Amino acid sequence: MAILQLALKSLWNRRFTAGLTLLSITLSVALLLGVERLRNESRSSFANTISGTDLIVGARSGSIQLLLYSVFRIGNPTNNIDWQSYQAIIKHPNVKWSIPITLGDSHHGFRVMGTTPDYFKYYRYSRKRPLQFQNGKPFTDVYDAVLGAEVAEQLGYQLDQKIVIAHGAGKVSLIKHDNKPFTVVGILNKTGTPVDRAVHVDLRGIEAIHIDWQGGSPTPGMRITADKAKQLDLNPKTITAAMLGLSSRISTFKVRHYINNYREEPLQAILPGVALQELWDMMAVAEKALLAISLFVVLVGLTGMVTAILTSLNERRREMAILRSVGARPAHILLLISGEAIGLCLLGILLGIGLLYSLLFIGQPLIESHYGLFINIDWPSTYEFGLLGILLLASLLVSLIPGIRAYRYSLADGMTIRL
Amino acid sequence: MSDHVIAIEQLRFNWPGESSPILDIPSFNINKGERIFLKGASGSGKSTLLSLLGGVLTPQQGDVYLLGRPLHDLRAAERDRFRADHIGFIFQMFNLIPYLSVLENVILPLYFSPLRHARVIKNTTAEVEAMRLLAHLDLSGALLQRSVTELSVGQQQRVAAARALIGQPEIIIADEPTSSLDADRREAFIKLLIKECDEAGNTLLFVSHDASLERYFDHCINLDSLNHSAQVVS
Ligand SMILES: Nc1ncnc2c1ncn2[C@@H]1O[C@H](COP(=O)(O)OP(=O)(O)OP(=O)(O)O)[C@@H](O)[C@H]1O
Ligand SMILES: [Mg+2]
Repeated sequence: MAILQLALKSLWNRRFTAGLTLLSITLSVALLLGVERLRNESRSSFANTISGTDLIVGARSGSIQLLLYSVFRIGNPTNNIDWQSYQAIIKHPNVKWSIPITLGDSHHGFRVMGTTPDYFKYYRYSRKRPLQFQNGKPFTDVYDAVLGAEVAEQLGYQLDQKIVIAHGAGKVSLIKHDNKPFTVVGILNKTGTPVDRAVHVDLRGIEAIHIDWQGGSPTPGMRITADKAKQLDLNPKTITAAMLGLSSRISTFKVRHYINNYREEPLQAILPGVALQELWDMMAVAEKALLAISLFVVLVGLTGMVTAILTSLNERRREMAILRSVGARPAHILLLISGEAIGLCLLGILLGIGLLYSLLFIGQPLIESHYGLFINIDWPSTYEFGLLGILLLASLLVSLIPGIRAYRYSLADGMTIRL
Repeated sequence: MSDHVIAIEQLRFNWPGESSPILDIPSFNINKGERIFLKGASGSGKSTLLSLLGGVLTPQQGDVYLLGRPLHDLRAAERDRFRADHIGFIFQMFNLIPYLSVLENVILPLYFSPLRHARVIKNTTAEVEAMRLLAHLDLSGALLQRSVTELSVGQQQRVAAARALIGQPEIIIADEPTSSLDADRREAFIKLLIKECDEAGNTLLFVSHDASLERYFDHCINLDSLNHSAQVVS
């Protein structure tokens, strides 16, 4: 008890350096926990890129590949789904709703996705959040387009803007569907998912712009105007992929089995959650590196503290000799010095947690509006408590270094006052 | 032997790494209530002897008895406790802990010695007793509020004396407490210290190489006359 009081008073006496040490520990702890939070939030936000969809259907390939092009719009499908197969699948009694999608074209580097108005009705992201319109409404006409938030923001588009779709997915495309411009009728709210970077149009629109095309280029000598195209049969022949909502979770495997064994063409159905997890695991190295870096920052913080205490030890040998002369044991000296370090660490950890939470409370609305990333403010998870436990243990061990050193000094010096 | 507050027999002490012992004392006794002046040249081993008496060092050979208790029979923690309970130390300088107030410095030994603490609070509180001792040593009023680092050296030494005296330990050991004081202050300090020891009945072992201080003490002992090592060397 007496030693604790002494440790506190001595700390207070060196409050400036102790304050700096405390600051570095506080910051490093806040950084560590913050990185951990961000890691978790981005993982869960990643896992929530798509939600509410029970199955994603595509031509048979790898499940990650299907996930990449259907949800993240990265890469291209090797094969399409026949429209007839799609019709057959959605007639399965357990399919409650479906969203067909077709990819292939782009607009200034943003992927254009053909779909149906059901997309705006059924698509869910994050924790079952529906898409919301910042402006306008879903498309109804063949040449209507709905922009993701980032598309509108980066290109500075407003409602009623006319846009031309380019053939292919590249940023620079030589061939443009410039005879059939689209009109922006809606702009979506930010979601923090790939939806923000997509231009959504009706499947019929995709069909219309390719109606006078053959293979990958316009059919020479054949030009069908936009208005004329509307009169033609614009039912798609193929689609890229489809998202399915099922009547019950339990039927997932039944429907999946049905699709995977579909006779007419090789198809596959994936569970988006599982595929997302697989994909995330592939990227886990980067997040681990981030965690490792923040662990090192903590280590630097602790080392700084030990250095500060060790340098003060020489000046404090006198104090230790006095304490020994009034009856302090070498163990008391160890406690005095280590106690100080442990106290600093404890306080640093508490302040670090406090700092993190205040930043979270201040930053939450900002991060959500800027990045569409919704950060949950929860109590620390068991994992984070574990991390804090390790931190505490590490600081305990580290605190022993100056303590043991002081112990040795005091054994060697006894009551002799050395300068 | 039981009358001796301090008794040393056949003591030999060697600093680690030294070829010959710095101390080789066949016998040395101090009776209760005595005021002893121990003198010796610088480096003759006076402070070393005091560390042995305090139980901070242990001799390679021989016995040290304090108040009839053989120090060599005690474990290290018990020796520390024994020192806290029965000995008050005053050193040459830098006696005070800079981040404690004057009063806190005086009370410090009571934290380590429940015995002395109990003795003090039987009649009064620790603070009141500390102020009483300080007042006896001519320290009072605004001085007590000052940071100890702002006190003059003489004032610091008196605070150290109050700390050694609080809780009435049987033995007061002073290791050149006056060597950083000027002649007038030195005399005043010694007189105050002796007066306090007389009132409380402590035994005082006062160490110095300054022979001019002998006259204040009952007995003057030259360490070299006790110490066979010194006689061999010189
Ligand atoms: N911790 C130590 N380790 C090794 N040798 C030591 C240690 N402390 C003191 N000595 C040696 O022991 C001898 C006696 O030292 P000591 O401090 O006891 O002398 P002293 O009589 O108190 O001198 P002074 O009057 O200058 O205080 C010296 O030669 C010193 O070098
Ligand atoms: Mg000395």
